[in-house]
Amino acid sequence: MLRLEPRAQPSTLWRYASPLLALTITVVLGVILFVALGKDPVRGLQVFFWEPIKSVYALSELMVKATPLLLIALGLAVCFRSNVWNIGAEGQFVMGAVFAAGVALTADAHTGAGFWVLILLAGVVGGMVWAGITAFLRDRFHANEILVSLMLVYVAIMMLNFLVYGPWKDPLGYNFPQTKTFDAITQIPKLITGTRVNVGVLMALAGVGALWVFLFRTHAGFAQQVGGLAPDAARYAGFSSRKALWLALLVSGGAAGLAGALEVAGPLRQLTPFVPAGYGFAAIIVAFVGRLHPVGMVLSAVLMSMFYIGGELAQSRLGLPRSLTGVFQGLLLFTLLACDTLMQYRVRWVSLPRAVHAEEAL
Amino acid sequence: MSQSRLLLSNITKRYPAVVANDAVCLSVQPGEIHAVLGENGAGKSTLMKIIYGAVKPDGGEIRFNGQVVHIRNPQEARRLGISMVFQHFSLFDTLSVAENVWLGLDKALTLAQVTQRITDTASQYGLDIDPLRPVHTLGVGEMQRVEIIRALLTNPQLLILDEPTSVLTPQAVEKLFVVLRQLAAEGRSILYISHKLHEIRALCTACTVMRTGRVTGVCDPRQETNASLSQLMIGSLPPELKVRTHQPGAAVLTVRGLRLPSDDPFGVDLQGIDVQVRAGEVVGIAGVSGNGQRELLYALSGEDTRAAPEHIQLSDQAVGQLNPDQRRALGLHFVPEERLGRGAVPSLSLAHNLLLTRHEALADRGVAGALGWLNLKALKTQAAHIITKYQVKAGGPDAAAHSLSGGNLQKFLVGREIEASPKLLIVSQPTWGVDVGAAAQIRAALLALRDAGCAVLVVSEELDELLELSDRLHVMAEGRLSPALSREEANVSRIGAWMSGLWDKPAQEVRHAAS
Repeated sequence: MLRLEPRAQPSTLWRYASPLLALTITVVLGVILFVALGKDPVRGLQVFFWEPIKSVYALSELMVKATPLLLIALGLAVCFRSNVWNIGAEGQFVMGAVFAAGVALTADAHTGAGFWVLILLAGVVGGMVWAGITAFLRDRFHANEILVSLMLVYVAIMMLNFLVYGPWKDPLGYNFPQTKTFDAITQIPKLITGTRVNVGVLMALAGVGALWVFLFRTHAGFAQQVGGLAPDAARYAGFSSRKALWLALLVSGGAAGLAGALEVAGPLRQLTPFVPAGYGFAAIIVAFVGRLHPVGMVLSAVLMSMFYIGGELAQSRLGLPRSLTGVFQGLLLFTLLACDTLMQYRVRWVSLPRAVHAEEAL
Repeated sequence: MSQSRLLLSNITKRYPAVVANDAVCLSVQPGEIHAVLGENGAGKSTLMKIIYGAVKPDGGEIRFNGQVVHIRNPQEARRLGISMVFQHFSLFDTLSVAENVWLGLDKALTLAQVTQRITDTASQYGLDIDPLRPVHTLGVGEMQRVEIIRALLTNPQLLILDEPTSVLTPQAVEKLFVVLRQLAAEGRSILYISHKLHEIRALCTACTVMRTGRVTGVCDPRQETNASLSQLMIGSLPPELKVRTHQPGAAVLTVRGLRLPSDDPFGVDLQGIDVQVRAGEVVGIAGVSGNGQRELLYALSGEDTRAAPEHIQLSDQAVGQLNPDQRRALGLHFVPEERLGRGAVPSLSLAHNLLLTRHEALADRGVAGALGWLNLKALKTQAAHIITKYQVKAGGPDAAAHSLSGGNLQKFLVGREIEASPKLLIVSQPTWGVDVGAAAQIRAALLALRDAGCAVLVVSEELDELLELSDRLHVMAEGRLSPALSREEANVSRIGAWMSGLWDKPAQEVRHAAS
């Protein structure tokens, strides 16, 4: 029979091999899923794994979706590494978008060219404020940050709906729940003309570098992580757990808010009830699949972005529901968690114990 | 062949990094108090867990009353007539004694019946206990009585006791022995796990000695001396106590009237602690654990900053509310009792674990200094230096802290703090769970530090260790600290009486209470 034996040391090989094995299993399960739905599995895989990378435009769309995922995941990695369970990045993303839209709507013909910087800053502040509520409640009243941050997601969405159905509704918008399209001057500078890719990609990549330096080369980053790995050791060393809590939530809130601002002032150009696209939740998967490592999260953000685009294409090309995206995201996380067992355990084939024979011998 | 109550042959249990039991054989007769003697880490606890069904052996055979048995879990063990009292109690603090006992018993009985049976058993064996008291109001000695009564209610033929005296005062130990002898006289067998030689010689009628997972000898402890037993146990004779001069310098740590209510509902309040440690001396704090040592150490290290500033003074500076890092900057270094998880981050490398208390590898100038830039190369060099100097057996500076044995990690942590050239070093349980060789090395390092003019404060449960290290000795009991005893005044019986908090009483009364 198969037996799991604990390893003396976590396996370095499986630390990297586990996500690849998880992806393979996800693909296999995907094939089974397509067959069960009566679709050509080759065509299905094509839609998810080939179409998103087959042309420059497709690649640009991949980047458009990967950027907010990566930005949010970078912030969440700081949280998760320091044992702060911020599940509410989606809410911080929405509030970032709302704050950014609030600033963008004030733009008119006299507005200067650098106005987009102000919009992004407003987004960062919005995300920080929203995450700050969670930090304050945890710090002051020991409220559980998982519940508080998650519930604040729904509060944020309701605030967004209130604004687009009420005070901020475009008077010329045929009563659709949306603001007016932002003035052209507010457009985030584009990187490649003819695509929707903007400077947000560069910001996300800069974030990757900054996070790497912070985590692995600075004392503050070290202190931040000790709080997550061994809280008693952090207390012994004299690292403040309150500081770690605030830093984690403000950084991740700011990053999610920035992603929200980039999204609303970039591809979307107006505030609608459809701003919350689930990036905040998908980024949790991105963070874990990427091993909370800055570089790993680049890869997982691209992968998750493929699932987003693949899901949309599956809808139009194969007539499958868009919820397929969620199914693939869930499968990947699930198989990854299962495969991670191999880091701590090795599988060994053992023959059945011979206890029975000993008793017969009596 | 007379039938053994318990017969183990060739029991083997392997863990990934260590063979905990290597072909262990053990035979226990009815009515026998059988000691299993060995250092921490010799494999005693694993062997007992195998007998009790909590751990499955990889090989070997267990016979109980002549029958081959496969004990799959503790329930089966109890059904066979095997009971165990663990070193760490498993009682619910908020429930009463009777409710706790009831939880572990056959569901057929009502709470009232269980209460009655507790009272009966208690009076039968002189285990004085009130079944209706909530467990959190009990002292450790009383909690142990509850555990023993719980074990006795299953009417066991074999009772296993794992280090039962580690939490007891010498007087309470005597009471326990009376109960155990009575149980043996009824024909029950007792397996008595310990590493305390004099107890085994006083109580047990047979003894199996273990070292590094193997049986190194079977003997009658009544025929042996401490020296011969310890030779079997550690493979060498214990070191002789050395006489040494004691010329302390200026006061480094002065604690005056430290009062601190515990922030844990089951913790101990500190009630007016007075202690002084001077340069060039070792001050020891003895006492059964759970009498406020933990709380005192938190207040001294800065992990608890609620003390009034002037209650704790470090060379004339009031430090009561400084955090650990600020106190380290003033020369106070601390090695905590829990090595993994508090003294070191288990999953991080030894090099990175230096950063918990040491800042030498941080950039100190310019932009890099403002960022707190880590110089990884310097960090590794620093770790490698400690590894070499303190003879730490490890895979190098990159080895994760949890990959080291207890003794080697302790050597590294003690080295980490000593190399910071502290003015005051506080060490809690310096050799707890550490093998003999490493323990001797650590004690030597502490004494060398004292001779170099550092003030050293040692908190330990091991009386022998304190008597070896300390120039002066205090005893802690119920959140209070006794007056200091000099090295010459300190002896086991006096400290034993003080462990119950009896130092205020005149000598006559102490003798009375002790008898």
